[in-house]
Amino acid sequence: MFRRPGRLAAAYDVVIIGGGGHGLAAAYYLARDHGITRVAVLEKGYIGGGNTGRNTTIIRSNYLTPEGVRFYDESVRLWRDLSEDFDLNLFYSTRGHYTLAHTDAAMRTMRWRAEVNRHFGVESEAVDADAVKRGVPMIDLTCGGHAPIVGALYHAPGAIARHDAVAWGYGRGADLRGVEIHQETKVTGIEVRAGRVVGVRTDRGNIATERVLCAVAGSTPTLLDMVGLRSPIYVHPLQAMVSEPVKPWLDPIIVSGSLHVYVSQTARGELVMGASLDPYELHQARSTLDFMESLSAHMLELFPFLSEVKVNRQWAGLSDMTPDFAPIMGKTPIEGFYLDAGWGTWGFKATPVCGKTMSATVATGRNHPLIEGFGFDRFAHYRLTGEKGAASVGH
Amino acid sequence: MKIMVCPLNGPRPVSEFAYAGELRASPDPERCSDLEWSDYVFNRSGSPGLKHEWWCHIASGFWFIALRDTARDEVIATYSAERARELAKTWVPVA
Repeated sequence: MFRRPGRLAAAYDVVIIGGGGHGLAAAYYLARDHGITRVAVLEKGYIGGGNTGRNTTIIRSNYLTPEGVRFYDESVRLWRDLSEDFDLNLFYSTRGHYTLAHTDAAMRTMRWRAEVNRHFGVESEAVDADAVKRGVPMIDLTCGGHAPIVGALYHAPGAIARHDAVAWGYGRGADLRGVEIHQETKVTGIEVRAGRVVGVRTDRGNIATERVLCAVAGSTPTLLDMVGLRSPIYVHPLQAMVSEPVKPWLDPIIVSGSLHVYVSQTARGELVMGASLDPYELHQARSTLDFMESLSAHMLELFPFLSEVKVNRQWAGLSDMTPDFAPIMGKTPIEGFYLDAGWGTWGFKATPVCGKTMSATVATGRNHPLIEGFGFDRFAHYRLTGEKGAASVGH
Repeated sequence: MKIMVCPLNGPRPVSEFAYAGELRASPDPERCSDLEWSDYVFNRSGSPGLKHEWWCHIASGFWFIALRDTARDEVIATYSAERARELAKTWVPVA
C-alpha cells in the first residue's frame, strides 16, 4: 500500500505521533490541502493495528450538543466521497441507525436529540415501537419481557465502513504526496524548550521539529507526561466481538443503551457487536469471558433466534475517556504541540473530519472553528461540552 | 485479574467489586485557587503504573484500598481505609 521509508530524516516540518486513522488523515489533508509534505507519521506498531482496526465501524451524526452535531455531520459528508477520493473501496454502506429506547425517560432524550439534529439539518426522528418492528422484523420488542422497547431515535444516514481500509486509504494518499510513514517507531520523548516544541526522540533516532500532532488514543496520558501536561483523560478498555457469518438478516445498525449493545451485520454476514467500557482503569487490551457472557445475554434479549450462532473472535482497544464524553482537540499550552485525543469510544466516525480540522489547525496555528467546543482548556474554565447523552451505550 | 482479596471477606470474584477511582488528596476548597480546584475535579494521572485506588465489595458494602498495576492488571495489595489513613500521615501526594 505504501513505501517503507528508510532512516528518519534529521528534521520535519510536522511530526505526527500515531499512525491510526486520525493521524494518517491529518497527514493526508496536510499534504493535499495545505501543501505541507515534509511530514513524518510515527507509529509504534503497524498501520491499522490500533483502535482504527478494533472499533465496530459505526458512522453517525445524531449527537446531542450543537458542537457535536455540526462536527460529526461534516464527517459524514466527507465519508461519502472517500472511496472515490482514495480510489479504494471502503465498503461504505448507509444502513440507517436505530437507538432503542426502553423507558419514557430514554424516549425524551431521543426526542431532544432528534430536535437538535434536525435544527442542524441532520436527518433524525423519534419513532414508535411499530416502526422499529417494521425496520427490524427479527427483533423481540418485549426483550424477554423485562425491558420492552417503547420507541427509538431513527437516524437514516447511519452507516458502516471497512475500518482498516480507511487507514490504508489515508496512508497511501499521504504517502503518494510525499509523507513518510514510519511503522515500528516508538516515541520515547518530546523536547520542549521555553514552552515550545523543538524535537521528538524515538527509538530510531532524534528528530528536530517545531510542530507535533499527538493522535495516539489510549496512549495519550503517556505522551502528555512527556511534555508535562496534566489532563482529565483516563483509560479504560473497550471490548468487542464478532459472530460467525450468517445469511443477511440485519440491515440497519441497532443500539440499545439500556441493554449495553450495539450491533451491525457486515457485508460478509458476520455480526459485529460491542458493549460498554470495562468497569475499571486498565492499560491492557485483554479480553474477558465476563464481557462475552453479558453481551451475548443482552443480544439474546433483542434477538432470541441467535442462540445457536457462535462467536468467532473477541478483542479490545484502549479508550481515552473524558469527563464530558467530548474529545480534546487543537492547541495546547505548549506552543507547537497539538492534540487530537479524548476519542474514547467514539473516534472512528470522526476520522475524516479530525484529519480535516487538525491539518488546518496545525497548518495555520489557529484552532479550526469546528473544534472550538473541544479545547484543552475547557476544563480549567468549567466549560464542558456534555455529550454523554449521545454516547451509544451507558458507560 | 479474576479474583480480588477483600480485606474483610477474603478472595472473591472481581465481578463482586466496584472500582471508584484513584486515592487522591483533596485541596482545601476554601483556600485553593479556581485553577487548583479544577485540577482536582477533572485531571487524573492517566498513564499506566502502580496506583492506590478505592474499591468497594458490593455485596457487603465494604470500602477499601487496592494497590494495583494498571499496565498488568494485577493487584499488589489490598488494605482497609483505616490503614490508608495511617499511611496518609507519611504519604506525599503527587503534584
